Amino acid sequence: MSTATAAGTRPADTARFAWLWTILRQPGLILSWAVLVAVLLAAAVPSLFTDADPLRATGPRLTAPNAQHLFGTDNLGRDVFSRVVHGTSASVQAVAVAVLLGLLIGSLMGLLAGYFGRWVDDILMRVVDVLLAVPALLISLAFITALGFGTVNIAIAVGIGNVAAFARVMRAEVLRIRGMAYIEATTFAGIGRLRLLTRHVLPNAAGPVLVLATLELGLALLSISALSFLGFGAPPPAPEWGSLVAGGRDYLSAAWWMASLPGAVIAVTVLSANRIARSINRQQYVSV
Amino acid sequence: MASYAARRILHALLVLWAAFTATFLLLYALPGDAALNKAGVGSDGSVLDPAQLAQIRTQLGLDQPLPLQYGKALLGALHGDFGTSVQTGNSAAAMYVEAIPETLKLAGAALVLAMILGIAWALLASYTRVPLLRQALVALPAAGVSVPTFWIGLVLIQFVSFKWQLLPAIGNEGIESLVMPAVVLSIPSAAMSAQILLRSLESTLNAPYIEAARARGASRARVLLRHALQNSIIPVITALAMTTGHLIGGSVVMETVFSRSGVGAVTVRAVNYQDTPVVLVAVVFAAATFVTINFLVDILYPVIDPRIRVRASRRFRLLPARTAT
Repeated sequence: MSTATAAGTRPADTARFAWLWTILRQPGLILSWAVLVAVLLAAAVPSLFTDADPLRATGPRLTAPNAQHLFGTDNLGRDVFSRVVHGTSASVQAVAVAVLLGLLIGSLMGLLAGYFGRWVDDILMRVVDVLLAVPALLISLAFITALGFGTVNIAIAVGIGNVAAFARVMRAEVLRIRGMAYIEATTFAGIGRLRLLTRHVLPNAAGPVLVLATLELGLALLSISALSFLGFGAPPPAPEWGSLVAGGRDYLSAAWWMASLPGAVIAVTVLSANRIARSINRQQYVSV
Repeated sequence: MASYAARRILHALLVLWAAFTATFLLLYALPGDAALNKAGVGSDGSVLDPAQLAQIRTQLGLDQPLPLQYGKALLGALHGDFGTSVQTGNSAAAMYVEAIPETLKLAGAALVLAMILGIAWALLASYTRVPLLRQALVALPAAGVSVPTFWIGLVLIQFVSFKWQLLPAIGNEGIESLVMPAVVLSIPSAAMSAQILLRSLESTLNAPYIEAARARGASRARVLLRHALQNSIIPVITALAMTTGHLIGGSVVMETVFSRSGVGAVTVRAVNYQDTPVVLVAVVFAAATFVTINFLVDILYPVIDPRIRVRASRRFRLLPARTAT
């Protein structure tokens, strides 16, 4: 937002500490990074945060949050905090798979459509039109019907739903680059098409697409947890962020913490991811 | 104008056909016998013997070559026949259509709410001059698109229904049961239209004619409401038309959270039972709604803003805004 320019307006002698100034001006951004680092750590080494067993009862049933059970316990006496921490890796991996899949397929489509133009463009963009006309969630549901349930299938389904956005941004970038003089020069230098695409077009088109990828991280987590909430994720005993919220749904009046706290973790993570994405996005605005 | 409309209709039909074909291939060709396997498992968990399986296969026409199956399915779909539901044995299309009114109520209410909330929010943020307050008003819509709606719904149920006992937590009964799901469903769309209107207002307010209006002595409120708003509203309408899909997708989640009946609930059940004909109807219907609304909005642009020539109207088609469900 508007505070971003503050660093640039500082006198030159403090330029060395400009980054520090930028950071101090944006406590929200620091907090977002802290949340993201914590989430990634929890995904990699869950035992850093809790030593309670996520799959076995470690206390009385439906205990309200206290010092021993930060998020309380569920209907089977399992520690909810531990289940959230141990569910992180499944959710984080699903997000990574979904965004990477959308990025790869979408970029390839956009690259081919933008570079070859004409009928290749026509066909690929009609495919994108169809992907845009069907709500992403329904595309995902259709894929889940075909592939079956499970975390990986959810991730694939969400990734396919993301393809259209990547394809459009990549195509726009390639169209912009294709008209540039250096591409003409490269063509005249006798460089083959594949090399031209991979060495000269792709690196210059990648920026906005990667920015889009950072924006998609938060959205992908939302979609993945929504599908997991609907019950299409990993089967019951395994913890997953969305399914934890769904599990707490039956105990809304008796145990508010069961649904609310895992849901809050999802919300805070998405907010942080989006905050970071917007700070990266600031110079390079991509309309999503 | 007429040729433009004709071209748009043709394009819309092409998109629908492609959506049908892609979904058909995905559901019927990729998973092999997945649907049949599911159908073959009796309600008591027993598996049918191969002979019975073959009989079902013939009954459903699954023993025929794929192109023939596809041709039949397409012909049937053109007549509104999408086959029979695996769960009930009734017409899949009828099952879906029966559920439409409930979802239409929910999505319609959410759309109206999103429009009102989004526009009011953007106007308020644009009118506010206290820096901190303004920053907060500008920043909140960005947060609105990042919060999981199913979580907001559940938290609302805890407070509004259980703690304060103001509104029913679940069900379709009466207008009271519509309030919470519609409000929650409208949040992402409202947040998005507020963001878009704010951006649009910002550029409009820099136009010379605004300065001229101010110079003639128009108040800030009058400039905003009478002069700037009308010229900034087009992108919002485009965005709201684009969010039709999110409303359909979001109603799937909302109907689950609030245990409502409707097409979302039908869709979730269909996915659970691998009821491919119903899933196919859901996808085609969502695509049909989307292309119809966007077609209507395209035709409406010149009515809303007389400066728009039909040829130019495509310029206003922004990239679809994406919100979460």
